[in-house]
Amino acid sequence: MRAFLLRRLLHSVFVIWGVVTVVFFLVRLTGDPTYFLVDQSATQEEIAHTRAMLGLDRPLVVQYVDFLGSAVRGDFGASIRERRPAMRMVMEHFWPATVELAAAALLLSTVLAIPLGVISATHRGRPADHLSRVASLFLQSMPSFWLGIMLILLFAVVLGGLLPAYGTGTLKHLILPAIALAAAPLAQNVRLIRAGMLDVLGQDYVRTARAKGVAERGVVYRHALRNAALPVITITGLSLGFMLSGALIIETVFAWPGMGRLIVQAVPSRDFPVIQAGVFVFALVFVAINLIVDLLYTVADPRVRLT
Amino acid sequence: MSATLAATAPRVEPAPRRRRARLDALAVAGVLVVLVTALLAILAPLLAPGDPIKNSLLDRLTPPMWATGGDAKYPLGTDTLGRDVASRLLHGARVSLAVGFAAVLVAGVIGVALGLVSGWYGGRLDDALMRLGDVQLAFPVLVLAVAVLAVLGASMTNLIIVLGVTGWITYARIVRAEVLTLRERDFVAAARALGATDGWILWRHLLPHVLPPITVVATFSVARTIIAEASLSFLGLGIPAPEPSWGAMLDEGRNYITTGWWLALFPGVAILLLVLGINLVGDWLRDVLDPRMERGV
Repeated sequence: MRAFLLRRLLHSVFVIWGVVTVVFFLVRLTGDPTYFLVDQSATQEEIAHTRAMLGLDRPLVVQYVDFLGSAVRGDFGASIRERRPAMRMVMEHFWPATVELAAAALLLSTVLAIPLGVISATHRGRPADHLSRVASLFLQSMPSFWLGIMLILLFAVVLGGLLPAYGTGTLKHLILPAIALAAAPLAQNVRLIRAGMLDVLGQDYVRTARAKGVAERGVVYRHALRNAALPVITITGLSLGFMLSGALIIETVFAWPGMGRLIVQAVPSRDFPVIQAGVFVFALVFVAINLIVDLLYTVADPRVRLT
Repeated sequence: MSATLAATAPRVEPAPRRRRARLDALAVAGVLVVLVTALLAILAPLLAPGDPIKNSLLDRLTPPMWATGGDAKYPLGTDTLGRDVASRLLHGARVSLAVGFAAVLVAGVIGVALGLVSGWYGGRLDDALMRLGDVQLAFPVLVLAVAVLAVLGASMTNLIIVLGVTGWITYARIVRAEVLTLRERDFVAAARALGATDGWILWRHLLPHVLPPITVVATFSVARTIIAEASLSFLGLGIPAPEPSWGAMLDEGRNYITTGWWLALFPGVAILLLVLGINLVGDWLRDVLDPRMERGV
């Protein structure tokens, strides 16, 4: 266990090093980033001055090592637009706005998926099952941002402002973006729980439990669900990643003041420090989630050995 | 593509308990949707009732023909610049399909090639490639795409490159895993004994074996890529205006949601139908080609 943890942590460190390296070279792909950082009307001297000030006249290797050092401390330089530390801006938008939205969507997609998937499995081939399968298929084929727009059209326009279309502040503001973000992962979770339950319900120990006289409810929710839940852990980890990704676009649709929207807004103004810091935080969260998922696996299934 | 390659392949042993190619109603519907969309896209210049790019400001925000104030000249209404929505939808189908298929082709070719090499030769190269894949998987695709397109600039080619290059790892992993088991098999040893080169074995003996699972994954990837293209175009990082793209049309529709509901409705329905159709085809292909994969539905 300890060896696994160590190896896994080392692996994470490696991945994060890779991420920082990619982020470094991303901006240098197009050449000298100075031109992004100075005014359009800047003179040659001003450009040279900025370049020297940013240390961009040094050899690439030196710059890279320096960048690594700063990135480890979370320093990605100052935002071009707002002239304050990019990382602080990203964190301000990450917490609480993005976390709030992702958490609400995660809760929605997991908590709803369990009963829906179980009902679908126990009512296999009956109307409830068909309905849930068709609904899943549709939800998975729909761009989440379009679902968001349609929710706005329905709740904010047609129903005369039942729920707010934009902004933040109250729980009401959270409802529509959370639904839009949760829909696709929810559909996926329902399909997965259904498949897992069908698999498990046919097994001997379930029959034994039934033979013992355990109530059907107990069989389904205590005995079967526990074993069907394993893939859901992985998928929940993945859907968290999906939600962070989706936050980029859902936050834009609903004008939610999160990290995703911050990055999108940084693009037209070519605010590279903010983009770099944002991408870095995204990747960091991703790596952390994957690590946690691996660890949860051992808790959920003692047969999974970490070697 | 898979059919011709399979035909030139040396006798592939029949996969165990291959299910019969049962074309259920859903699969037929999926195939039909995809074919019709492809046909509409190809014939778009002939079918479109109007010009997808020409402005006609006097007719701006005309509702669809059946709604009050509609005009038969514009069956699905006009947008904020008076452009015909139906024509833009038809031309937008070309963008969605072109980007979807081209990006998946790029990802598939890179991924299969690297997966074959990685699984066959193993060692340092394998390690390096798989670690590279791990790093890449640490980025949510959309975030990476936004960052790269922010640097490279938005264009159809860049979109295909970004969505293609970010997708290789899935294919590489599947192919690598297959090759690891296949390379110990007798037919590989036999081919080797007959003096076949590595390249020949990979191309003629191993590639045909990995194509079925790859075809299934690629089909679902086309669906996902079409959504990704729409998402990026929606964010203004995809197809540059005034070229019609469903994602970009939705971006416009969002801003006129109170005055022009049709602008936000139709492009979304188009995406939904096409992606749903492709997913249904994918479900069917999975049943037919890859019996080991569990039916998810």
